[in-house]
Amino acid sequence: MYKRSVFSGLRSNVFAGFVVSLIAMPLALGLAIASGFPPIAGIIASVVGGVVVAILGGSHVTITGPGNGLVVVLLGAVTVLGEGDMQAGYLYALAAVILSGVLLLLFGFLRFGSLSDFFPATAIQGMLSAIGITILLKQLYVMFGDLETKGAALDLFLGLPSLITSLFTEGTTGQWYAAGIGIVSLLIMVFYSKIRNRFFHLVPAPMWVVLLALGFDAYFSFIGGGNPINKALLISLPENLLAGVPTPNFSKWNQPAFWGVVVSITLISSIESLLSIKAVDKLDPQKRRSNTNKDMKALGLATIVSGFLGGMNVVTVIARSSVNVNNQANNRSANFFHAAFLFIMVLVFQDQLRRIPLTSLAAILVYTGYKLAAPAIFVRMYQIGKEQLLVFLTTLISTLLTDLITGILIGLFATFIVHVLLNKAFWLFSRNLLKPNVLMYKENETQNYYVGIIHFCTFLNFYKLKSKLDKIPQNERAVVDFSLCSFVDHTVQESLQNYEELFDRKGGALEIIGLDIHETDSSHPFAVRTLRPLKKLRVFGGGRTKRQLHLEALAHEKGWVYKEAAAAQKRMLRDHPVYQTTSVEQVYNLIEGPNKRLSLFDINYSEGAFIAKENVQTTLLRVQLDRQIPVFSFDRELLLEKLSHLAGIHDIDFPNYPEFSRDFYVQGDNPQRIRAFFDAEMASFFSAYGFYHIMSNGRELIVRQFLRPATPAEAAAMIEFGLALKEKIDG
Amino acid sequence: MQQKQYNTIVVGVAFSPNIQANVFEALRMSEIFNASLVMVHVGEKTSEKEAALTKIIASFESTPPDFRVFLRSGNPVEVLLNACASEHADLLILGAVKREGLLKYYLGSVARKITRNAPCDVLLLIKPSVNRVACASGVVNGLAHPKTEEAIDRAFYVLSSLGAQKLTIVEEIPEDSVAIKVDDDRSLRKSTIAKERIKLRENSRVQLLLNDIPEKIKETLEVIVQPIFGRRGYSIGHYARVSRADLLVMNAPSKLTLWDRLFPHDLEYILSDLPTDVLIVR
Repeated sequence: MYKRSVFSGLRSNVFAGFVVSLIAMPLALGLAIASGFPPIAGIIASVVGGVVVAILGGSHVTITGPGNGLVVVLLGAVTVLGEGDMQAGYLYALAAVILSGVLLLLFGFLRFGSLSDFFPATAIQGMLSAIGITILLKQLYVMFGDLETKGAALDLFLGLPSLITSLFTEGTTGQWYAAGIGIVSLLIMVFYSKIRNRFFHLVPAPMWVVLLALGFDAYFSFIGGGNPINKALLISLPENLLAGVPTPNFSKWNQPAFWGVVVSITLISSIESLLSIKAVDKLDPQKRRSNTNKDMKALGLATIVSGFLGGMNVVTVIARSSVNVNNQANNRSANFFHAAFLFIMVLVFQDQLRRIPLTSLAAILVYTGYKLAAPAIFVRMYQIGKEQLLVFLTTLISTLLTDLITGILIGLFATFIVHVLLNKAFWLFSRNLLKPNVLMYKENETQNYYVGIIHFCTFLNFYKLKSKLDKIPQNERAVVDFSLCSFVDHTVQESLQNYEELFDRKGGALEIIGLDIHETDSSHPFAVRTLRPLKKLRVFGGGRTKRQLHLEALAHEKGWVYKEAAAAQKRMLRDHPVYQTTSVEQVYNLIEGPNKRLSLFDINYSEGAFIAKENVQTTLLRVQLDRQIPVFSFDRELLLEKLSHLAGIHDIDFPNYPEFSRDFYVQGDNPQRIRAFFDAEMASFFSAYGFYHIMSNGRELIVRQFLRPATPAEAAAMIEFGLALKEKIDG
Repeated sequence: MQQKQYNTIVVGVAFSPNIQANVFEALRMSEIFNASLVMVHVGEKTSEKEAALTKIIASFESTPPDFRVFLRSGNPVEVLLNACASEHADLLILGAVKREGLLKYYLGSVARKITRNAPCDVLLLIKPSVNRVACASGVVNGLAHPKTEEAIDRAFYVLSSLGAQKLTIVEEIPEDSVAIKVDDDRSLRKSTIAKERIKLRENSRVQLLLNDIPEKIKETLEVIVQPIFGRRGYSIGHYARVSRADLLVMNAPSKLTLWDRLFPHDLEYILSDLPTDVLIVR
């Protein structure tokens, strides 16, 4: 184990910070406006957050700034505390932001890093979806150029038809243009990940939205006549960005409503930050564990500073962080560079920023809101269980009808009632809640860590199990035994899934035993459920498709095995440098060849998370080799370019075969060995199959043709290629 | 160290559905330890009760060893405690109550009071059986406590007498003995190293205790030492349950106050939820 200095990989961190700042800028402006804060408040939060958390934080590749979860509660704070006066409300809200920063700092010192574990996962999801729906509805109005309409989510929803009709009947040309830009922006956000073009993807989606708006403005100033969108629908920034820091107004400190706001902001920002940190830890290619308490302190301090400067809360944000990881950031300096670039950009381009219509920023937020409340989330809840859907909907609706704190408390209560009803036993919880229920020790013979749980294990007492699990080095083997535990809930299952992945990534293993007994033992007095949502593959019901029949025939022709649904192995691609940040979600239509050394399968994998998530569905060929070959990638179009960002990887020239060298990109870490591998015969063989993208990790090859599933004919060709390739290399 | 012997065993007998099993277990114990047995029933002395008891004893698999029956009325706690004192009992056997319909055993309030105040060792049986069930393995605590030596000594004596094959000495180490809080990879590495160090220290302490056990007894049992970082009194009970131990041997705590009952610790965890048969060494 060696230590990296802060400056190692500086180049990749600067680059990642730059890319993130491109996304952060429109998001920061949009989130601030949606929160009822001046646009610059979002930028302040990003810049302050980036600097403070980069220096003092405890996580590694996270990005901090204004968060989407807070939009609803901050807007509520500004309207309620200001009693109609937005400017006064803003100053009161700043005071609340500062105090929530103090609370966060306190949480950090009290080691409350696991606050989000005290709430049922489904209730949290319900609350986040409610936030998403609120953002979506509110911003939809802004997107159509209507800044006036305000109201509760239900009123906004019912008002949608009249919003669209009024646009056509009463709308001005300016409003039409603004709405048009908004709609095109939304289309960009939606279809960005569907369009697979390298040059298109050089600029992140939110930046395209900004560029579109600026292009629109430039076009009109070019043909003369100026921007047709009325001033009110454009971003307004103060004349001098560096002057005029607002003074937070603490005078409402003795009002309960004020403290309600403080508590809500603190709760939401800590939940959002913790969930993001957890998610980003799973993306970190270096597999480090974040120090959540330290991060909490840094976020608290950053929030205090940001509040005094007139900015929003600073939280850890998942979408920007995942873009950060995908651009090869490897330490906290990327967060700092993101802040620095953002600062410079805002100073240099403030004139341009004033030309961005609010409608295009609203489009970005509409998409963010949609992501929080996407139908897929509802479907997933239903798949986990009807009672989870019930809890989810209860929380969602009660959050929409009341406020966030009431909503999540109702969700918590609903979860508990569901648990009691499922077990038909209140005593199980009342009698055992305060008793210790977790045993952990290192077995002498096997050197495994044994973790046993008795009574019950739900969100109510998961922190006990968690504190034990956190003490196990994740490169060891751990066995979690539920056989003496009567009831395990969804929150625990989901968190354990997370632990399984973390152990898996670090080379250890976490195995869960004892749950299967419960599932089958229906005579057991407590209806114990095992909810393992990720194990549930999509049901391939109602007969096979033509393609599946073809693939099956193909397998039979060769005398190979065909499996409709195969168990997805999370780590199956992780050994390959190009795919190491991907998460495999599903493997299906698997054809397996002689001795399982050759296989062809359809695969769904994803990169990144939240709005930066990109899902890929493709067909891959996996060839396991008998002899060791160099690590390399072979590619005509440099689609596997990501490899070139990794340290120690070179583009390799082949002076002996100039044509081969010109037509193909071969990259790897050991030029000499790779040149030796590609002798004349091998080079001509690879040239003949130049349309494949081939990646070797030394022991196996992954071959891909398209970023879509292959047709049966293509699949057959791939298999033939695989056989020839194996023959060629293994001899 | 002088090996303690069980010479007089007192058993509390109640006319419950379990009476035959309880009486049989007691008779078996007195046979195994070659001790005289005193059966104490709290209640009015009636001829039917005496007859019933004699009938049960007569149906025992072998000739009953030296035994006496006491039937006395009064406060059950006082009667039993007085009997233990006046008979100079070495061991008191009590039956546990099974919570209705559940796979859980706990000690009734009377039995708890007796357990806390008994002047001798107490054996709590959760599953008394009419037919003999062999005792295969035991668990004993190996806390850093002055009474531990005696508990380990007694565990060897009882388990080897019962013909068990395995004894696990569980060292419960309080979690806060590792001062390092785990926050990230570095602190985790540090705390893991610190734990290993504590384990080595605890193991050598237990080895010293084991040196005092006569070789003859040690040979009959396979001895395992298992350090556990966790709540005292709780972890060992959970471990006994997980390892399917047949007997758990514990020190009696030095002194119990009201505070201890409100906030259960050590023995109280086990008394409220018996994992297996428990022997409390005094």
